[in-house]
Amino acid sequence: MSSREVKLIFEKSREGRRAYSLPECDVPRKDMADLIPEELLRQTPADLPEVSEVDAVRHFTALSRRNHGVDSGFYPLGSCTMKYNPKVNEDVARLSGFTRVHPYQPEDTVQGCLELMYKADRMLAEITGMERVSLQPAAGAHGELTGLMIIKAYHESRGQGKRNKIIVPDSAHGTNPASAAVAGFEVLEVKSNERGCVDVEALKALMSDEIAGLMLTNPNTLGLFEENITEIAEIVHNAGGLLYYDGANANAIVGISRPGDMGFDVVHLNLHKTFSTPHGGGGPGSGPVGVKKELVPFLPVPLIEYSDGRYYLDYDRPLSIGRVKSFYGNFNVVVKAYAYIMSQGHEGLKEVAQAAVLNANYLMKKLKEYYHLPYDRVCMHEFVLSGVKQKEKGVSTLDIAKRLLDFGYHPPTVYFPLIVKEALMIEPTETESKETLDEFIDAMIQIAREAETEPEKVKGAPHTTVVGRLDEVRAARMPVLRWTGHSK
Amino acid sequence: MADMKDFRFSREHEWVRAEGKKAYIGISDYAQNALGDIVFVELPETGAKLSAGDVLGVVESVKAASDIYSPVSGTVIETNQELADAPEKINEAPYDSWIAVVELDDESELDELMDFDDYEKFCKEEA
Amino acid sequence: MSRYIPNTRHQQGEMLKELGMGSPEQLFESIPEEARLKKPLDLPKALSEPELVKHMQEIAGKNANLDEYTCFLGAGAYDHYIPSVVGHVLSRQEFYTSYTPYQPEISQGTLQAIFEYQTMICQLTGMDVANASMYDGATALTEAAVMACQAVKRNEVLVASSVHPESRTVLKTYSRFNGCDVKEIGYSDGRVDLEELESKISGRTAAVIVQNPNFFGIIENLSEIAALAHKYGALFIVSADPISLAVLKSPGEAGADIAVGEGQPLGNPLNFGGPYLGFFAAKKELLRRMPGRIAGETIDAEGRRGFVLTMQTREQHIRREKATSNICSNQALNALAATVYLTVMGKQGLKEVADLCLQKSHYAYEKLTATGKFQPVFSAPFFKEFVVRAKEPVSDLNRRLLGSKIIGGLEIEKFYPEIQNGWLVAVTEKRTREEIDQLAGKAVGV
Ligand SMILES: Cc1ncc(COP(=O)(O)O)c(C=O)c1O
Repeated sequence: MSSREVKLIFEKSREGRRAYSLPECDVPRKDMADLIPEELLRQTPADLPEVSEVDAVRHFTALSRRNHGVDSGFYPLGSCTMKYNPKVNEDVARLSGFTRVHPYQPEDTVQGCLELMYKADRMLAEITGMERVSLQPAAGAHGELTGLMIIKAYHESRGQGKRNKIIVPDSAHGTNPASAAVAGFEVLEVKSNERGCVDVEALKALMSDEIAGLMLTNPNTLGLFEENITEIAEIVHNAGGLLYYDGANANAIVGISRPGDMGFDVVHLNLHKTFSTPHGGGGPGSGPVGVKKELVPFLPVPLIEYSDGRYYLDYDRPLSIGRVKSFYGNFNVVVKAYAYIMSQGHEGLKEVAQAAVLNANYLMKKLKEYYHLPYDRVCMHEFVLSGVKQKEKGVSTLDIAKRLLDFGYHPPTVYFPLIVKEALMIEPTETESKETLDEFIDAMIQIAREAETEPEKVKGAPHTTVVGRLDEVRAARMPVLRWTGHSK
Repeated sequence: MADMKDFRFSREHEWVRAEGKKAYIGISDYAQNALGDIVFVELPETGAKLSAGDVLGVVESVKAASDIYSPVSGTVIETNQELADAPEKINEAPYDSWIAVVELDDESELDELMDFDDYEKFCKEEA
Repeated sequence: MSRYIPNTRHQQGEMLKELGMGSPEQLFESIPEEARLKKPLDLPKALSEPELVKHMQEIAGKNANLDEYTCFLGAGAYDHYIPSVVGHVLSRQEFYTSYTPYQPEISQGTLQAIFEYQTMICQLTGMDVANASMYDGATALTEAAVMACQAVKRNEVLVASSVHPESRTVLKTYSRFNGCDVKEIGYSDGRVDLEELESKISGRTAAVIVQNPNFFGIIENLSEIAALAHKYGALFIVSADPISLAVLKSPGEAGADIAVGEGQPLGNPLNFGGPYLGFFAAKKELLRRMPGRIAGETIDAEGRRGFVLTMQTREQHIRREKATSNICSNQALNALAATVYLTVMGKQGLKEVADLCLQKSHYAYEKLTATGKFQPVFSAPFFKEFVVRAKEPVSDLNRRLLGSKIIGGLEIEKFYPEIQNGWLVAVTEKRTREEIDQLAGKAVGV
């Protein structure tokens, strides 16, 4: 990584410089004042930067060199499935037949887009054991919200509008309770038991005729499969509730087990995790929502249908919750996921899950001697260590994470799930070789040793990055959220 | 430094210091320590009527937001505007940095709170 | 073996042995028998890379794309020019294969780009603070309504019927569940009907929402609406076309409290509707109620400038059910595209794009109305899009144009049945005089 400070683009601006090139106006020109009354026009110009094309390219290239991506190196960020993003998927998604198509073009001119979406819907339904899938939600959290709205609409349609409570485990991701609140539900928390799974007795105690459903991640955020899933499904269903599947962790089970067969009624998948679409520095993702048959009428409009050799957008769905996003979702992300599934086939997908779970168990086995492993049993695609042993020496999980930066790794997810103290959540994914895992293991062991023998070195980390630890307290107390200078 | 005899404490780590019917409310040294550097305090609105246990405001660190519960019932008559610009005052002097003044509905509610010695013991047990 | 798995069968065997296992099936013993898949997934057989490319080309080939067709369709998604630089920057793996910058020391690239993006959005909208992006313009508008309700502690939202129909539908979907009470305000001569607004607004109103230019392409008088909203203590929310902001009065100048919009025109391909980005900006008093991620400037121990995600206590990973929004992953790469686009266009370039749109759309409007076959529908000023009335059903007209490789305007009747045979035509800087003349010629028919 390059260590010289990169000035803000605004600080590089010089009046009169330009990087753009536009055609001359080839129609008879009119005075702007004749077209738009003065009082509707802007008074002060937007102070955008003025740079040359070389300046722009150098600037963003310099910025990119201050980032770590999956192609840069190992990225075991738990719960995020930072697997390798195949290059060919990027290429095919860039075909003009996908990128240069307007969403309101006549249906006859977008048969390819509709076909791809229809087939993606069908394949994802098969993978999850659901009836139909809407590709409209833009990310996991958006899928959760959509799914929860569907659950509410379903209950309302059956005169069960009083069902206004959603149960969420204490190990759940923050988006679960947040989405439930946005969908107008009250959130009840269910405890995890000593095996890291939903406490079935506690769950039973929460059941009532006000329960709309239970949200579950499976494998859960500890990387453990909810072993009582069938019983859990029965409890919730018997009480009249539905089961929602947070598919963030589906990489562990694709081709092995299907949420539909576990008893779930609604699922979302994160195409940007399980199906290898790149994370884009925070997005765009895609969070398709699949449902069982009884819930299909409530899916957002439009769904894509096929008849008489023609694909079409079906808006005639009177029970639908409506739209959750404009147009048809993050279509181009779906193109990449579709390409991925087509390149894997059923066998490939199953091998992916097996390899991901094998890699995680191998890492866990090698690291548990050095770090506390609160739930010591076979894990799925990820596992959660605790830095409590190191904490006794004054070295926190944050310090361990920062020290990993010096070895060229992206650290694991830290301090999540909330039920594990000093949590380090490690997800290697299937796209890492044993050699990479072994090197990472060595680094983790070295850090554990350093925590014993030279804790200051760990606490002072990182030592090799372009900036050291940044003062987040200052950032929050005196927020500077935009550049406020004036360009030259 | 404040005289700790005048302070009463809740199990949620708020303190109350009453001057007649006026009760000053803040968070304890233990609480500010547990939160770390406080970066923001959300103050209540004056005039708000509270029952004991209602949310009075929020204190935030970089990675946590913690509700402050009013240990007593009453009406908010004043808030500490100084904390809006300098939330770190709570870290520096928790017992001088009151968050709000509540006019008490019922002074006897104070008797249900812990005194400083009991509170110290309570904190030891928590830790 | 799946081609993206590096470990050989031999290595996998070794690793299993290390775990004391004989087969990979043993890894899945915690999955109850009844939940296990008993047969292979019913999926097409795996394609090799050359087969995959061919397959994808075939599907893509079934679409009419704008390399081959001339586009006069807009209605919320526009065929603006995307400078070459944008695609090249976005292809840097350091940007597109990374995730949310939670580890600032190795994410300064993304964080600084977000900070620059936030600055540019503030500059364009005239607001104080901006977030790092929302899913799209429609969800940004919806989140703005939710934020306004919470800030003002009222629950009625008045939305102009000249706001994009899909944005209004998304707002209504959310409102059914979150308790916002959405009411529509009609239009007169294509602009917000101020009399109707005045009759409906009250002390219950949390926010007034308009779009500028609105769905008909018409420029609203924002300042008047702002004054009315503020008179009743409501917030004023403007959803703006970012290109237009180079020349039109900014939401900030007009007195808006929240400015949102669809960011697609800023360097993002049409992509059959997504991924795009929603931009979201507000007055600083509303900062702590904002949804989404926000980057801020700070320093390290040596005093070096750096950027971090800040004000995170608003967000779901900390506040959970009390968070200001449930958004987590956003549209970061699309926001980066917008940042690069605005950098390349710069202060002058964006104005030129806006001016070209304005000139060419007016030329097209005159050309079409001069044929006598198209009537004006509204008389209010417009920016890059306008409505005319055809003498035949628009679907017939558009079908005819397709034959000449022209993608015609929107059949606006689909959304506004009262505008019979209404045609919403968009003209960006990319359309040439020749293309516009051809449109007018072919549109007249025989
Ligand atoms: C378990 C879990 N659920 C939900 C989400 C939310 O997904 P997204 O960020 O795509 O909205 C995440 C994302 O990190 C997650 O890990």
